[in-house]
Amino acid sequence: MDLQTLTYIVVGFTFTLYIGIAIWARAGTTSEFYAAGRGVHPVANGMATAADWMSAASFISMAGLIAFKGYDASLFLMGWTGGYVLLAMLLAPYLRKFGKFTVPEFIGDRYYSQTARLVAVICLIVASITYVIGQMKGIGVAFSRFLELDYETGLYVGMAIVFFYAVLGGMKGVTYTQIAQYCVLIFAYTVPAIFISMNLTGNPIPQLGLFSNTVADGTPLLVKLDQVVMDLGFAQYTAQKGGTLNMVLYTFSLMIGTAGLPHVIIRFFTVPKVKDARSSAGWALVFIAILYTTAPAVGSMARLNLTNTIQTGPVGEVSANLEYEKRPQWFKNWEKTGLLKYEDKNGDGRIQYYNDKNKDFAAKAESFGWKGNEMTKVDRDIMVLANPEIAKLPNWVIALVAAGGLAAALSTAAGLLLAISTSISHDLLKSMFMKGISEKNELLAARISMAGAIAVAGYLGLHPPGFAAQTVALAFGLAASSIFPALMMGIFNKRVNNTGAVTGMLVGLGSTLLYIFTYKGWFFLPGTNMLPNTTANHLFGISPEAFGAIGAMLNFASATIVSKMTAPPPEHIQHLVEDIRIPKGSGTAVDH
Amino acid sequence: MSTQDLSGEAYWKANIRLVTICLVIWAVCSYGFGIILRPVLDAIPVGGVGLGFWFAQQGSMIVFLVLVFYYASQMNKLDRQFDVHED
Repeated sequence: MDLQTLTYIVVGFTFTLYIGIAIWARAGTTSEFYAAGRGVHPVANGMATAADWMSAASFISMAGLIAFKGYDASLFLMGWTGGYVLLAMLLAPYLRKFGKFTVPEFIGDRYYSQTARLVAVICLIVASITYVIGQMKGIGVAFSRFLELDYETGLYVGMAIVFFYAVLGGMKGVTYTQIAQYCVLIFAYTVPAIFISMNLTGNPIPQLGLFSNTVADGTPLLVKLDQVVMDLGFAQYTAQKGGTLNMVLYTFSLMIGTAGLPHVIIRFFTVPKVKDARSSAGWALVFIAILYTTAPAVGSMARLNLTNTIQTGPVGEVSANLEYEKRPQWFKNWEKTGLLKYEDKNGDGRIQYYNDKNKDFAAKAESFGWKGNEMTKVDRDIMVLANPEIAKLPNWVIALVAAGGLAAALSTAAGLLLAISTSISHDLLKSMFMKGISEKNELLAARISMAGAIAVAGYLGLHPPGFAAQTVALAFGLAASSIFPALMMGIFNKRVNNTGAVTGMLVGLGSTLLYIFTYKGWFFLPGTNMLPNTTANHLFGISPEAFGAIGAMLNFASATIVSKMTAPPPEHIQHLVEDIRIPKGSGTAVDH
Repeated sequence: MSTQDLSGEAYWKANIRLVTICLVIWAVCSYGFGIILRPVLDAIPVGGVGLGFWFAQQGSMIVFLVLVFYYASQMNKLDRQFDVHED
């Protein structure tokens, strides 16, 4: 059976599975949409949270970024897992004790102010839309490869499917569907990694293979990778290339952003007990870490295989460069999507893939008769999907990876769209502007806002402000600078009042948005940036993705100062905070 | 035991102490071993690179996992000790 047919079958089967489970599980749970997680064991809830959380950025994009950035991409690994420690210790148990269902609801009540709630909704929407743009990039890549279309058409198809998927609505809340999605996703990620690790190092565990010797000549994998890429003028894989300050802040931004993202926090509102909120975060992290500890192995091995496929022998020998006519099938398939491009600059019919921006090496390359890097485009986001093909794995593995990528992208995108539409219809319309709105109209408003969000995210997804994982990182920066500090101060600092919290959120979100738009363009529209997005132009070398950490500090500082200068929160709010801090009595809080 | 302060305030103080200890370990293993102290730790070789690299791409995540479960179990003990547990 050819690959295309097999891919359709595997993808079709997994989609049928999700829908089947959703219908089966639905019968008992239609009454309470949000309560899907309640009564579910913390292990199962953790697995569902992991599926909800791990998006196209984790599945498709992250290992690709690791492949090309090497050590520097460690910040994604630490940043997106370290946040769960903060979530488990600083937020989840207390928000569960509080017992409401949305993040703006908590902020509105704790800061006894509709303005605070409104500002929280704005922060939530800005962060979530940015997040969806990143997902759209991943969806576009996955669908364009899956249907063998160009990226743009793939994106449109993906948008349509996400719309139907999200509008089906309640399905998303069904925890069991997400458990199935997690299984597909993790199986699809680890199986090829095991095969490839086995081939390259003889060690079937990718986490250990990464630090093992290669089968080919006994040199350690990472040493060999360093050699291979540096021979072609690229930067050393294991060396730190970026600034230390930027790396620390970037990691910190991702960590506190994780703890501030509404669609993740919501998962912990619905566990049965405060106790479970703490351990649920741990279980979620177990299931996330399985993928995250595999990712660096996938990245480094993909890079080694890719380079070895094109540069088949010693650098400089004519026959050591792959003939274009003899390029493998995966190469041709990805050329169709426009995400992989080749240009025969020296007209020799062979592929020269090297770093022509490295002046020393470019001079050397000229002596070989090379006229510049001929791989004019290698989109980082294709690496995970192309990886099993590059490693010549069996077709069923390749088909499985396509299914896994689609599962990851769709589940998270749908979840985020639901978070956006709920906050517009529930937090904005029903609670503030149109208190008398009927249930039917509320649902209609939710659907319209969902369609609007897909259109905006899709349009911006055509010209994404970065690779999927980088775009998503911006969303984390926004959540980090606005929502996380407001939540944390709400629990740990009784003195912070409404004026302080509102000022803090506005300062945090405003400063971070300003910094991002300066380098990435106003509202991410290409060409409208005021300064070129290069390290030399960045303030103290801090990249826009890392600025969320600074925004959060400004938020904390301004909220504390303004609160000190204004009246303390009323007595009943101080009691509310004291009550949140103690697990006892959580049972009553559940029934809202 | 009988002389111990069992008020909500004491519970909160004990909680803050535990969180602080955990977060110090959290920061040292990720920002410390993985990034800032990497040059020092890389003196210890692991699979052709150094221990710092291992912490950045594997070790920190394992430490996070242990921390969350340790915190959860310690808090369960505190909840009982101060009689603020659920049910």
